[in-house]
Amino acid sequence: MSTTPLATKPAQDAKAARPVKRGGGRAAGSNVGRPHVGWALPGLLFFAVFAIAPLALAVYLSFCKWNGLNSPTSAGLANWTRLFKDHDFGQAAWLSLLLTTISWAFQTPVALLLGVWAAGRRRGRALLSAIFFIPLLLSTTAIAMLFHALLDPNFGVIKEIGPWIGVDPNVMGTSTGALLVVAFVGGWQFMPFHTLIYQGGARQIPEVLYQAASLDGAGMLRQFFHVTLPQLRHTVTTSSVLMIVGSLTYFDTVLIMTKGGPGTDTTILPYLMYRTGFQTYDLGYAAAIATALVVVATSLSLVLVRFSGFGTMRSTREGM
Amino acid sequence: MVMAGILAGCGSGNGGGGSITAYVYGDDEVKVQQAAVAKFNKTSDVKVKLVSVPGTDYVNKLRSAMGSPSAPDVFFNWGGGSIKPYVDAGQLVDLTSTVKSDATLKNGFLPPIMTAGGLGGKVYGVPMRGMQPVILFYNKKLFAENSLQAPRTWEDLQKDVTTFKSRGITPFALGGSDKWPELMWMEYLLDRIGGPGVFKKIQAGDSAGWSDPAVLKAASTVRQLVDSGAFGSNFNSVDYGNGGAPTLLNKGKAAMHLMGSWEYSTQLGKAPEFARKDLAWTTFPTVAGGVGDVNDVVGNPTNYWSVNARTKHKDAAIKFLKAMAAESYAKSLIADGEVPTTSNAASLFSSSPNPKFSKYQYDMVQKAPSFTLSWDQALEPQIATPLLTEVSKLFAGKSTPEQFVSAMKAVK
Repeated sequence: MSTTPLATKPAQDAKAARPVKRGGGRAAGSNVGRPHVGWALPGLLFFAVFAIAPLALAVYLSFCKWNGLNSPTSAGLANWTRLFKDHDFGQAAWLSLLLTTISWAFQTPVALLLGVWAAGRRRGRALLSAIFFIPLLLSTTAIAMLFHALLDPNFGVIKEIGPWIGVDPNVMGTSTGALLVVAFVGGWQFMPFHTLIYQGGARQIPEVLYQAASLDGAGMLRQFFHVTLPQLRHTVTTSSVLMIVGSLTYFDTVLIMTKGGPGTDTTILPYLMYRTGFQTYDLGYAAAIATALVVVATSLSLVLVRFSGFGTMRSTREGM
Repeated sequence: MVMAGILAGCGSGNGGGGSITAYVYGDDEVKVQQAAVAKFNKTSDVKVKLVSVPGTDYVNKLRSAMGSPSAPDVFFNWGGGSIKPYVDAGQLVDLTSTVKSDATLKNGFLPPIMTAGGLGGKVYGVPMRGMQPVILFYNKKLFAENSLQAPRTWEDLQKDVTTFKSRGITPFALGGSDKWPELMWMEYLLDRIGGPGVFKKIQAGDSAGWSDPAVLKAASTVRQLVDSGAFGSNFNSVDYGNGGAPTLLNKGKAAMHLMGSWEYSTQLGKAPEFARKDLAWTTFPTVAGGVGDVNDVVGNPTNYWSVNARTKHKDAAIKFLKAMAAESYAKSLIADGEVPTTSNAASLFSSSPNPKFSKYQYDMVQKAPSFTLSWDQALEPQIATPLLTEVSKLFAGKSTPEQFVSAMKAVK
């Protein structure tokens, strides 16, 4: 998972600048007790074989013409120049960004509130959180097929319930509807995961902060906005990076529920890549799309990490 | 891709002295091939190993395997454009002379079926499954209740559409979410309007064929049908694969369904009562001003076995292919509800689950002046995939007939 390198990155510069007291009372900036780089070798090796090598292969392929048979032949920059002129690619990129934005805007507040709520220590909450966690345990395919059946305009539950709640039973047959459904189904599946992250984050907030806040006369709302939210800002970043990268690589839901339709209105980048690579057998161009997707996803998460100050990894518990 | 190749090769164990691997499309019909392989293996030194690949993965898996060292020796296909990339890459055995010199193969199958599976006048495959013409299915009971006739002409069809709509019945079930059922409408409309020649030109690689006025007329007719509510209002979210469209027909919510002949066995499985009592079938109507013959058929003539040029056991593979012309094989196809493409099939229909439907199909194909292979199989993937997308856009109202034509002309 992509957070691992980010989350475990030791923040040498930040610590060097300001002495930070840590559990064992170690000297600031010292590496004593930290694992030797050798410990990372198995992980690095695994990463190289299963992430870096295929990525390099894809980049190489993006400069080739290949239909999957015989050998790839060099295509120079043809795939890349085509990418910038391709209307389908432009539309898919736009739809991907739109889907990502919708997913983020929809999942973050819900997951945050649920997570903070679930961080409370009553028994009922633990039980509810466990139930709420179930969607994450199901496979995306099963979920997509389930929702596909529920949203069948003629025989699905939507036919009966839709008119009551003001939803057109043909929701998957309309452009906006189909995109919202894809965002919703993805959210339904992954929100429990983000709720879990927020729950963990909220449990780390020292009780004493709330005690101090209530002594100062802050009510529930003020405590949430002035204690909980600031304390959770790194959690928000972690969750957002995962969410954005996740939504950019949505695929199974689209393949099963909409097949990129109606027309091409849910043909997001990964689906376009699939269609180009494994239905049109234009594997060189598909590799170019894939590479572009990697570049976009990586840049987005880097930008997010940079602007949120996540990279410096200052402890939220500083000054405690 | 290297990985995919390795994965695809798992379990196929090619070569290895005395065995050949055969990839087959894994659906309900595969039991006929399983039985045939078991029978063949009893008498042959070289054993056939049948690998049944689940339908949705078939094309992808075949493609990966054919690009890898562990390719199948014999494989199932749709002929036409579906094998063109392999022919171009020199991966298929040219069976033309084999078929010519062998009486069993030469006279065993209906000639148009044999031709339809080949490319550029050469034979690359031997028929191995039933014929799959696209037929206009309808609900007999609904037509009787509304005192209507199955449409013979476009005027009939429009009258049926108006009447059914006014009774709150969707005139045509359509699995628009799957895209390919929409393509069937384009195929028949273009044939009835412009004759089979227009598509032949396109199939031959002439993208100017798309500018034929008949293509535009067919696309406009599609738009008129959609706008007149012939497919109801939500066909974009109805599918065929999960049973949406067939259920509309057997529940009486839709009156007609344009679909491949497999619709019969689908209905027999889903709603046996309906299939036996109320399911009826007819030819696609004529279109006013069109030049196409009303007896022309579109669909899949059948499926074929082709032989990989790299096989170590070419003779055994061809021997296996010859078994497809045997009467016992045709019989087991019939028992499975299929209509074999062998010349003597008509004499065997008494053992079919529905002799009347088998005979209708057989006659339909036999007397057809032209049998156009489904466009998505006839064209190469790099044209077929955009075609399906463009057809879907046309039906969904995301593009005009003119935009459809210019988009298809631009596909290379």
